[in-house]
Amino acid sequence: MTKYMLGKKIGMTQVFDEEGVVIPVTVIEAGPVAVVQKKTIENDGYNAIKVGYLDVPEKKLNKPMRGQFAKAKVPPKKYLREFKTDEIDKYEVGQEIKVGDMFEAGDRVDVSGISKGKGYQGVIKRHGQKIGRMSHGSKFHRAPGSMGSNTDPGRVFKGKKLPGHMGSEKVTVQNLTVVRVDNERNLMLVKGAVPGPKGGLVTIKGTVKSGR
Amino acid sequence: MDIIKAIEQEQIRKDLPEVSIGDYVRVHVAVKEGNRERIQVFEGTVIGKKGEGLKETFTVRRVSYGVGVERIFPVNSPKISKIEIVRKGKVRRAKLYYLRERVGKASRIKEKLVPKEEQ
Repeated sequence: MTKYMLGKKIGMTQVFDEEGVVIPVTVIEAGPVAVVQKKTIENDGYNAIKVGYLDVPEKKLNKPMRGQFAKAKVPPKKYLREFKTDEIDKYEVGQEIKVGDMFEAGDRVDVSGISKGKGYQGVIKRHGQKIGRMSHGSKFHRAPGSMGSNTDPGRVFKGKKLPGHMGSEKVTVQNLTVVRVDNERNLMLVKGAVPGPKGGLVTIKGTVKSGR
Repeated sequence: MDIIKAIEQEQIRKDLPEVSIGDYVRVHVAVKEGNRERIQVFEGTVIGKKGEGLKETFTVRRVSYGVGVERIFPVNSPKISKIEIVRKGKVRRAKLYYLRERVGKASRIKEKLVPKEEQ
């Protein structure tokens, strides 16, 4: 079964497992999501389910968005995302999917989010390069270092690691363990850290790693 | 934030007595040996507490066979079955790290005498 869920990162804390071992967890408020559209091979060329997450007043949406929810008879949602699956018969348009329907404790998941923006950063922080020595008359501290050779090739190669904007990009953390699923409160506890700020949108999928 | 507080609140243990710095305590901990579980008692002086709420821990120090041993316990750990407070200590510091440099008579702690109605 293709597992997929949208959620909001709440923050981190810790829980004790049955053995009494402390596990660091990220709390995610996951779902419920509503099925807005079913995409089929005949109509769209591929099978997928489109879901909406997070209720929002209708006036916050533009007309094309409103139309999609009106057609599906689903209350307006802030986010629309779709996931590919071949089991589209299991879902009905307008159906509500909760966390407990998708995940259970012990599952392995991949969690994606938009990482925290770091602004314009140098090469040390952005690419993890080493710092030059600060003393003994060294004039090389945090600079990017050599740009390349001389006349040949006579240019800087593409992809050279240089300062620039860091963060605010999609980051996926793979193979995290689901520690607990609380269907009533729509909560999900995932072992370890998850990209993005508190309150940021995260996408939870069944892992692509082969272990599970 | 309230969700996190709620999750933490569920795990906080209220059945254990609160230890304070300088107390001489006996901590009963469940130890797993293979697939058998038994209770081990760790006895010593509380030399420090750290963190708050669910994350709170305390450090117990004892000198066994001439070697100082310190164990850090999470206050709310389900592994702790019982905490006995043998003796309350009267100390003027939050961290008793100075005990690490002291042995024998020098490492004594004054006893705090608690009025009867409080016991």
